[in-house]
Amino acid sequence: MERPLTQHIHPDGTTRTLREYVTTGGYRSVQRLSSELAPKDLQRLVTDAGLRGRGGGGFLTGTKWSFVPMGVDAPKPKYIVANGDEMEPGTFKDRVLMEGDPHGLVEGMILAGYAIDAEVGYIFLRGEYHLSAQRLTEAIAEAYAAGYLGKPLPGTKFRFDLHLHASAGRYICGEETALINALEGKRAVPRAKPPFPQTVGLWGKPTVVQNVETLYNIPHIVNQGSDWYHRLSRTQDGGTKIYGISGRVANPGWWELPLGTTVREVLERYAGGMADGVRFRGLLPGGISTAFMTEEHLDLPLDFSSIPPEVGRLGTATMIVLDDHTCPVGFVLNLEKFFARESCGWCTPCREGLPWVARILMSFEDGRATKEDLSLLEMHTKWLAPGHTFCGLAPGAMAPLQSALKYFHDDFERHITTGGCPWSKKSSQHRIVV
Amino acid sequence: MLSEIERRELEDAVKHYPDKRGATIDALLTIQRRRGWISDDTLLEIAQFLEITVEDVDSVATFYNLVFRKPVGRHVAFVCDSISCWIKGCEQVQEQIKTLYQADLGQTSPDGRFTVLPIACLGHCERAPALMIDQDVYGDVTPEKIEQIVEKYK
Ligand code: FES
Repeated sequence: MERPLTQHIHPDGTTRTLREYVTTGGYRSVQRLSSELAPKDLQRLVTDAGLRGRGGGGFLTGTKWSFVPMGVDAPKPKYIVANGDEMEPGTFKDRVLMEGDPHGLVEGMILAGYAIDAEVGYIFLRGEYHLSAQRLTEAIAEAYAAGYLGKPLPGTKFRFDLHLHASAGRYICGEETALINALEGKRAVPRAKPPFPQTVGLWGKPTVVQNVETLYNIPHIVNQGSDWYHRLSRTQDGGTKIYGISGRVANPGWWELPLGTTVREVLERYAGGMADGVRFRGLLPGGISTAFMTEEHLDLPLDFSSIPPEVGRLGTATMIVLDDHTCPVGFVLNLEKFFARESCGWCTPCREGLPWVARILMSFEDGRATKEDLSLLEMHTKWLAPGHTFCGLAPGAMAPLQSALKYFHDDFERHITTGGCPWSKKSSQHRIVV
Repeated sequence: MLSEIERRELEDAVKHYPDKRGATIDALLTIQRRRGWISDDTLLEIAQFLEITVEDVDSVATFYNLVFRKPVGRHVAFVCDSISCWIKGCEQVQEQIKTLYQADLGQTSPDGRFTVLPIACLGHCERAPALMIDQDVYGDVTPEKIEQIVEKYK
């Protein structure tokens, strides 16, 4: 099984220098940029490869690029931004890549910049990733010294500058228009769309924001072609995916596997099943803005097209497992408190609705909840659904709640009938300090 | 007043953006690394350097949780309280820190050694519960291990 993204990453956690990166084929794709591979050819190649955004959206990269104005009349400069604000709880895949192989991101950025004729790139990195920041800073300096950055690339007129921006917290920065505001030195509040960033983005110029893992794929597509890229995958979309798992499983971790690997394979074969003494109850497939999956969904392929919309979506493909020693209501309360805290406060439904949801869930844990609270929760899943809020944060927050109300309804009921959390004696972890 | 070194660092930060305002977050973090936190006076110095209003700088400073508008201890301990760490017992970690250093979330220990803050998922969920002290991340933290981990932060 091929693992183009991670095969060279050192198991001991040390990083790869430019020298080592080049000996394993690093920056070879950049040398291929010339009239034989013009920007539009690169766009077509990536479209043919079926590369979809790995940050959770699953949007086709080639299509995203195609919205950018090209040609001599296009606004200048254009920007390419790597979204390395990996703050989705349960998600740690981009960190693995940036720490282990920082030059892969630099190379991916150069290619993405070339594809849309953007002269400037920013890596937007979450502030807590100090090790990634240090390693990327070194990699960028090495790439400048070697002439991959800051000078026209051989055989082309294309010159690319790359900057690292270390952020200062707040989950909402992962939303692409909020990220753009943050990069401009403002509060990370999302912007109204349209206009979309591809035409009016950073400092009003055309801007493409892409997930870190997505960018790591591009050099391999250039080197080995779209047919090879499709063969890596088990489904219609190309490539591998970094899958991860956390919670009470035997062996939490991450693995680069063919896109379309099933939940069961990751859970049983790679993570070694559940930890001793606990049973599986459900999981969030990719971060906390995705809906729960249960036993009946274990054989679904984890990709962008096999999960039916009524079940949910892939998200970041780093799973969080709920076990039978953990209270599902307490689990969801933790998520909703996170969303309430991270709401940027711009629109009323999100700013007011999420704390309300968290307080209702708390009343279940405290034994104060009644039947009406259950319907109040149900109603919030509609009031905070897509279309009612300014951005996707609150609707995302409703995905785990709505599905928990469906699959763990009895557990919610039991909190009402027993007047508190049935897990409170079994496990001291249900307690929530506010 | 900004020191010579601080001024040089800010000049470097500004180079990465087409306008000075772009460097607001970098400026806040850079100065905070030297001074520990962002006081009203610091805010004004940054605003003057960036040629924007003090309100603009404060609107940013109060938005981002890694910018401190209050004094903090010599070290900051960030306890991840997101879901994977919660499942694995981050609350016991918090409790133990509180017992050992008399600092609850949002507080500084009486000896000024630690400020304890909650933090969103640190991206080390496979090794939950996770804890970050200053810039160092620790995984698989148990209440028993806390004392040993924090020993080197005096
Ligand atoms: S949930 Fe704590 S590190 Fe991810």
